[in-house]
Amino acid sequence: MSSCAPNDAQFRIQNPMAEFLRMERMPHIWCPGCGIGSVVTSMAEAIKNGGHDMDKIAVVSGIGCTGRVAGYVKFDSFHTTHGRAIPFATGLKLANPELKVIVFSGDGDLFSIGGNHFIHAARRNMDLLVICVNNFTYGMTGGQMTPTTPTTANASTTPYGNYEYPFSLPFLADAAGATYVARWTSLNARNITDSISEALNRKGFSFIEVITPCTTLYQRRNRLGDGIDAMQYYHDDADIQHGADTRTVDIGFQGKLKTGKFVDRQKPTYLDAVNTHYANVIGDDYQLYGKTPPEKQAEEEAKRAAAAAAEQADGLEAEYIDEPAECGGDDA
Amino acid sequence: MFFGKLKKAHGKVIINPNWCKGCGYCVKYCPTDVLEMSKGYNAKGYHPPQVKAAADCRDCKFCELICPEFAIYVTSDKEEEQASASA
Ligand SMILES: Cc1ncc(C[n+]2csc(CCOP(=O)(O)OP(=O)(O)O)c2C)c(N)n1
Ligand code: SF4
Ligand code: SF4
Ligand code: SF4
Ligand SMILES: [Mg+2]
Repeated sequence: MSSCAPNDAQFRIQNPMAEFLRMERMPHIWCPGCGIGSVVTSMAEAIKNGGHDMDKIAVVSGIGCTGRVAGYVKFDSFHTTHGRAIPFATGLKLANPELKVIVFSGDGDLFSIGGNHFIHAARRNMDLLVICVNNFTYGMTGGQMTPTTPTTANASTTPYGNYEYPFSLPFLADAAGATYVARWTSLNARNITDSISEALNRKGFSFIEVITPCTTLYQRRNRLGDGIDAMQYYHDDADIQHGADTRTVDIGFQGKLKTGKFVDRQKPTYLDAVNTHYANVIGDDYQLYGKTPPEKQAEEEAKRAAAAAAEQADGLEAEYIDEPAECGGDDA
Repeated sequence: MFFGKLKKAHGKVIINPNWCKGCGYCVKYCPTDVLEMSKGYNAKGYHPPQVKAAADCRDCKFCELICPEFAIYVTSDKEEEQASASA
């Protein structure tokens, strides 16, 4: 009955995460109950479900406990310097627009030292997916206060409670120009997976915030118990409100957590904007990635024709398959 | 009845007690209460979960998704049938 424990080597090979993780680095360093690992599984699940080409995905992290994700995943990945995940990812995307570039990093990394990069990538609608594990603290360096630490919360740099006003990340992202903004807690593993799937299938700057327990520092310093207590808080106080006005989703200390998809809008991405603009002002001499506008147009038309031909072929098959259904017809 | 003909999905839980850090998420959030924390310790001093009601596993894989340690996964019985058929 009890746990059928395979040996360690077998477990590493047969684990469904073996496709996505550098198994030789497991077990990882994260503390008991730390939520970062769950978010990594959701990301892997979304990539698997979407049938994405693993060679066309790149993961970029900054520094921190969350930053270690880049070192654990089995994609082309880069663990950048502190705060610089977004500029690195921007360069990667612009050098090779075929890539889907995911930035996976912490609240301190993305919004303190890296805050300016975040707002400008959002402003330019850079085609990136940014996943922020927001644990309200600098986990790796000992629980200092970050720009998201709720007012009155205890941190090692605010031992008498935080007196500053935190950023509300969805509001910041929305105001800066992000075209997709969602927030979940790490308990919402399926919703995180769905949001990542959705974001991977769209173009533009997508931002997903995941409220996650830092058990060792934030939970402990604030006497909030362990990981299970954090999950209980998410269970009790998180409320799904898709489309909520981002001005209303700020988080007070152990207060209500509005979650859901807040923003989903279409806008030309940075590369689309560059292209359109220069094609207009320079005309047919303009080149992006070695191609002039007429060459690009011809290429796109060929692609469309190929897609149409494929669709027609599919259509013929579908018609053929559909036929017998007419006899049944009880689900009409 | 249409639904009466549906077979319940069934899964088999695989746990690596050595990777587990005893957070308890899999036990608490399994919708059908398949798991419990064991009394025993692993080498790191945590209590890993164990299966208490194997027959109740509905192969939803939530334990697999929520485990921060990648220490638990579930194989669906269908996969197993196929594996044994081809073996
Ligand atoms: C330039 C620079 N400044 C400071 C640090 C120290 N440092 C390392 S990780 C970190 C904070 C990480 O916090 P966060 O991004 O929230 O990640 P977490 O550990 O909470 O997941 C800091 C300040 C550094 N590595 N480099
Ligand atoms: S210090 Fe906090 S964020 Fe870092 S691994 Fe531990 S629980 Fe996670
Ligand atoms: S797969 Fe679902 S039902 Fe089975 S043990 Fe895991 S959480 Fe429980
Ligand atoms: S969720 Fe993972 S780490 Fe937590 S108790 Fe279950 S097996 Fe152990
Ligand atoms: Mg943090």
